[in-house]
Formats: sequence, structure tokens, C-alpha cells
Amino acid sequence: MENVTTAEQVSHAEHGHDEHHELSFLQSYVFSLDHKVIGIQYAITAMLFLLLGFTLMMIMRWQLAFPYTPIPVIGGLLGQNNAQFIAPEFYNSLGAMHGTIMVFLGVVPLAVGGFGNYVLPLQIGAPDMAFPRLNMASYWTFFCGGVVMFASFFVPGGAANSGWTSYAPLSVIATEGQTWWLVGMIFLITSSLLGSVNFIVTTLQLRAPGLSFMRLPFFVWAQLVTSFLLLLAFPPLEAAGVMQLMDRVADTSFFMPAGLVTGDGPLEISGGGSPLLWQHLFWFLAHPEVYVLILPAMGIVAEVLANNTRKPLWGYRVLVASVIFLGFMSFIVWAHHMFMTGMGTTMSSFFQTTTMIISVPSVVILSALLISLYGGSIRYPVPMLFALAFLPMFAIGGLTGLPLGLTAPDLHFHDTYYVIGHFHYVVAPGTIFALFAGIYYWYPKATGRVMSELLGKIHFWGSFIAIQFVFTPMFITGLAGMNRRLYDGGLEYAHLQEVVGWNATMSYGAWTLGFFQIFFIFNFFWSIRNGKKVDDNPWKATTLEWQAPSPPPHGNFTSPPEVHRGPYEYSVPGADKDFTMQGEADPAKA
Amino acid sequence: MEIPYTVAERPDTGVNNVKLGIWLFLASEVMLFGGLFSTYVILRLGGTDWPLGSDILSVPIGTFNTAVLIGSSVTMVMAHASLKMNQFDQFKKYMGLTVLLALVFLTVKSYEYFDKISHGDLPSASTFLAIYWTMTALHGLHIIGGVVVNGYFWGPGSKMFHSRPEMFANRVEAAGLYWHFVDLVWIFLFPVLYLL
Repeated sequence: MENVTTAEQVSHAEHGHDEHHELSFLQSYVFSLDHKVIGIQYAITAMLFLLLGFTLMMIMRWQLAFPYTPIPVIGGLLGQNNAQFIAPEFYNSLGAMHGTIMVFLGVVPLAVGGFGNYVLPLQIGAPDMAFPRLNMASYWTFFCGGVVMFASFFVPGGAANSGWTSYAPLSVIATEGQTWWLVGMIFLITSSLLGSVNFIVTTLQLRAPGLSFMRLPFFVWAQLVTSFLLLLAFPPLEAAGVMQLMDRVADTSFFMPAGLVTGDGPLEISGGGSPLLWQHLFWFLAHPEVYVLILPAMGIVAEVLANNTRKPLWGYRVLVASVIFLGFMSFIVWAHHMFMTGMGTTMSSFFQTTTMIISVPSVVILSALLISLYGGSIRYPVPMLFALAFLPMFAIGGLTGLPLGLTAPDLHFHDTYYVIGHFHYVVAPGTIFALFAGIYYWYPKATGRVMSELLGKIHFWGSFIAIQFVFTPMFITGLAGMNRRLYDGGLEYAHLQEVVGWNATMSYGAWTLGFFQIFFIFNFFWSIRNGKKVDDNPWKATTLEWQAPSPPPHGNFTSPPEVHRGPYEYSVPGADKDFTMQGEADPAKA
Repeated sequence: MEIPYTVAERPDTGVNNVKLGIWLFLASEVMLFGGLFSTYVILRLGGTDWPLGSDILSVPIGTFNTAVLIGSSVTMVMAHASLKMNQFDQFKKYMGLTVLLALVFLTVKSYEYFDKISHGDLPSASTFLAIYWTMTALHGLHIIGGVVVNGYFWGPGSKMFHSRPEMFANRVEAAGLYWHFVDLVWIFLFPVLYLL
């Protein structure tokens, strides 16, 4: 540590300079090289996109609950086409962009870009990420991707409307918004590539002295595996994105078979392409992406559970082994999304088998987290409530996935609301609840203050109850055969007449859920100035980030940390307090 | 604030940050081109008729370009070796040659492209040409990236040799690893597109 500085006289990021000078506003908050600022930039941008994606869905749910009626209040803002009721093509844009925004611009940037950037270097005792400039480039590339995606709403024909999966050939002949979607995706993929290289190098190279792999907090393991998934699974989609872009702008036929006819007559293309190829390349990314969504969440939950049960995680080594195995297996299950494409029974049997195998480590992780509760003296602060809720919610989401992974029941479930219910239970009350747990948990580290407990509890209970009304009825309507992309929620289908009423229930659930987020948004900003001031380690936690000042200065630690023990030494028999920090030297040896 | 292991190797991993970073980046590049080569295999196996590459593309020109790129890989190795032996003038010479050879490659490639355009062999004409254009253009972009990076280390970036020689050598080594990878991609592309 050449320049040990206070937060005010931050030194120039380029080392070896003797002169200390104040960083301008732009340097410290906009084009910052500090992993904490970049983490917060990622988190804020991602939360704004989460809100946008959620709003799109709340608009969709009006059309599903009350088809062909004008939207109250905001109806006038949606343009002339949607003044009477939501136009079908706009509904399709809403659906495609809700998925795209939530996954690629909301959850992943918050879980990996936000929490990974802010917490990971602190937890391994590093002064910053390994490549600070690359880190900044990663954020701004992500930001550009977000701008392109957002701008696509305003091009002729509206935003991409071929689903978040952009299946060819529909996407190739779709309106201009699809081209913007592809360009946006190429930005986002590049950003995640830069980020994942940085995370892996940081984790492997910048661990503090004494922090061996088996002493890493589980959150770091989860982020490490996630980064490998992003590094290796995203490039094939980049290749596919380039090819679809070629199909659209250079009239190639990578994904276009010969003899296609649209409403405007036969397409003048050379043909010879394969629509199935797009699906393979897309899901080769998008299945590992599912684990990119869930692993950081599991990492956060593990941290919060260990801290609030005041005992070590049960089966740390098994958790680590499972998360690595899960990462590896996630590369060979992708075609279970494609059982209905006619790719052949041999392929289906293979992917059905690997899918059943990958459920084993998921269940092992969940069981280990559940057993960790046993015998603990549990505290219930807000982060713990969200973390506890994650366990049954992820279990529902995960277990309802098993029938989808088997070819025979999937024939019935495929493309119905059952699928929507399944993966939303994993991602919404699963991952997003875990992310809320993380925000409440690490907020005091970033600001020096805790968020309001009362508002937090209102936010939790309101969201937890409302969200069940959104997603549980989806299993019912899905089992009855309601297709996931129906514009009017199945009003025109005889076999759905008994279940269409659930659409209104789900919509009221969604709007109530939206209402309770106001408590969170208010709490988040209000607590920056008015939250209760706390010391550096308000949760009495063991991992290294709580050894740094709150908020940590440039360079993070006041003295270089050294690690003497594993990550979860809570309630060690004979210790003078119920937690022993990783950086505390052993008194016997000292 | 000093970030550890930017130059020195970390004892327990045996690498410095730059080298680990560039290898990870190359791993993702393997997946990128892997996706494209898989596409080639799938579309060719699924296609009804597939032209012989040598009927459409010029094998002598392709062979010449292959030799040029392999030559530039050799000069890249020499450039890094000169740095290790502290011979800055030799480094300038070999790095300059590397950039020059890359520019020769791009010039020849542009000639091929214009020739194709003038014959109406656009990407939209057939699946073979779609793959030819997409893969060689993506590879060409990688070459351009390499020219920019190597040109920087040859020109303004080379000042670092005098202030932090070890760090500079590491950076050139990383650029070299990338350059060898780009050559390797071409060594796969050439037979797949021109000969098979």
C-alpha cells in the first residue's frame, strides 16, 4: 500500500505517482475506476431497468385481466395505437422486452455487476478489481447496450416483438426493433465478457494472504462459477447474434429455410438455413444463464443465513462441490427447452437424463442451506426474512421444473403458463428476493447506515404475500392449457373458459406487488441520510468486508488484511464472543 | 493503491494478472469461433448441395495470405524475445514487421472481397458465401484489433519500455498470445473454406 489515503484525498488510480490530487466529479462518480462506485452504478442502473421491466409487465397484465378496455391513467402515454386498448403488436413488444430487460439488464447486472463488483473484492481482501479500467469499460458497454434496448421502443414498428428468445424465422422478418435488439445484445455480451474475465482474475489472483480456496465465502464461489458460465456460454450467442444480424441486414439465410412464404408472398432468399440452429445457439447461452441468475442469489442467501443463524453453514465443502458441478452440468442441458421441436428422441433422451442429473446438486445446495437453520439461534432482521423466503420459493420453482425436464409431461406443459409460473418462482420470489436480502444486508457497508426496519418489514410481507397471487394461479391456468403468449389471456378458447378468471387475480397480485415496492424505493433513498448510523460490523459478521470501514475508502482496507480462519466461525466453543472474524489472529498463536 | 500481481507472478497460481486475463479472454474467443464452426458443420451437413471452396475462392491467394499470417506470428515471437533480451531496436524492427504483414493480409483480403463483390458473390447468394463472408469478416475484425494493439505497442506505447520494461514485456506477450490465436483461427478457416 503505497498511498494509504482517506476517502477525501483519494489518490490517482495509476500507481507510483506521488502527487495527490482531488478527483473531479466526473472521475469519482461517472468514469470511476473504483470497484465500489462501479458496483453502485451497476446496481442503480439495473434497479431502474428492473422497475422498467416490471412496469412493462404491469401494462401487459391490464390487457390480460381486462382485454380490449382502455388503460386508465397512463393509457394516453402509450401512443395513438394503444389509446383504445393495447395493440397486439405492442403487447408482443412488451412481452419480448419484459423478458430481455429483466434477464439481461436487470437481474444479471444487479447480481453480478452490482453485488459482484461491490462485495467480491471486499470479501477476498483485495484493494480493487484486477483490471479497474476494464471494469469501467464493462459498465459503460453495458450502459450503451441498455440505451440501445431502451431506444428501440421508439423506432418504427416498436421494440423487438419476437419473444425474449427471438426465434427465427419470425425474428428475421420482424420489424426494425429486432435489429436494435441484436445490436443491444452484442453490447451486453461484450460487457459481460469483460466483466467475467475481471471477476475470475480478481478471485484467483487478489485473494488476501491466508485466504485459501476452502476459506472463500460461499458468495465468492458462486460468483466465480457464475463468471465462468458468462465467459464461456455467452460467445456462441454473440456468434448467433451476428448471424441473425446478417440474416436481417445482408439477406443471408443462416436461420432461414428455403420456400418461406409470408403475407407479402414468397421470400426472396437463398434458403438452406436452419431455424433450429438459432434455438440451439440461443439455449446454449440461455440455459447457463438460468444458473447465472440463481447462483449469485444462492451465494447471498448463504451469507445472510450463516450470519443470522449464528452458526457455520452446514456442509460448506459439499456446497462448493455442488456449485462447481452445477456450473459444469449447466452446459449440457440446453436442449431440454426444445423437446417440442422434433429434434429426435435420441437427443431428447440425452437431455432429459442430464436435466435430471443437474437437479441433484441444486437439491443438495438447498438442503444444505435448510439444514444450516437447524439448531441455530435465529435472528430475524429484514435481510434474513428475504433469505428465509428464498428457500421455499426456490424449492417450488425448482421442483415444478422437474416435470418440464421429462419429455412426456413436457408435451403437455410446453409453452403454457405452467412454464411461466415455474421459472418466475425461481427468478422472482427466488433470485429477486435474495437480491433484496443482499441490498438490506450490505447497505450499511456502502452507506454506514441501516435501512429502516419497519419499512423493510412492510416491504417484505407485502411483497411475499402479493407475489403468491401472481404466480401460483399460473400453475392452474397452465395445467388447463393456457398458452403463454396469448394476447387476450385465452378469452377466445373454449377449453380455457373456466380459468380465464384467474387472469384478474394475477393482475391484482402484480399491481399490489408493485405498490409494495414503493416502500422499498422510499426506504432506499430515505435511509441514505436518515437511516440509523451503525459501526463497521453491524450484523456481527465474520467475513472480510466487515473489517473495512463503512463506506470503505479508495483501496478498501485501512491495513492489508490477513486471513487466519474459514469464513463462518460463528459460536465457536470457547471463543469470547459468538463470531470470530476471518482477519482475527489466533490468540493461541499470537 | 497498488493492485498486486500486475507484473510479478502470484506464487500459488504461477501467473500474473495479465496472462491469466488474456488466456480467459482467448477461452471465450474459442467459444465464439466454436459457435461459428459448429454452424458451418450443421449447415453443411443439412444442406442439399455444397460448392467446393476452390471453385469459388482462389486457393493461391489464400495460401499466400496463410503464409503472411504465419510469418507475422514468427516476427511477433521475435519481437517479444528481443524485449526479453533487452534489445529495443530489434523489438521495434520485428514489431513493425508484424504490423506490416498484418496490413499485407488485410490488403489482400480486401482485394478478394472486391473481387467477390464485382462477381456478385454477396453473402445473400448462398449459404456457403454467407458463412465465408461472416467468418472471414469477423476474423478480419480481429486482425484489425490486433493491428491497433500491436501498432500502439510499436509506436506511442513503446515508451513504457524505458520506465517499466518488465510490465511492457508482459503486455507485448499478452498481445502476442492474442495474435497467435488470431493466426490459429485463420489456419482453421483456410482449409475449411478454401480447400474442403
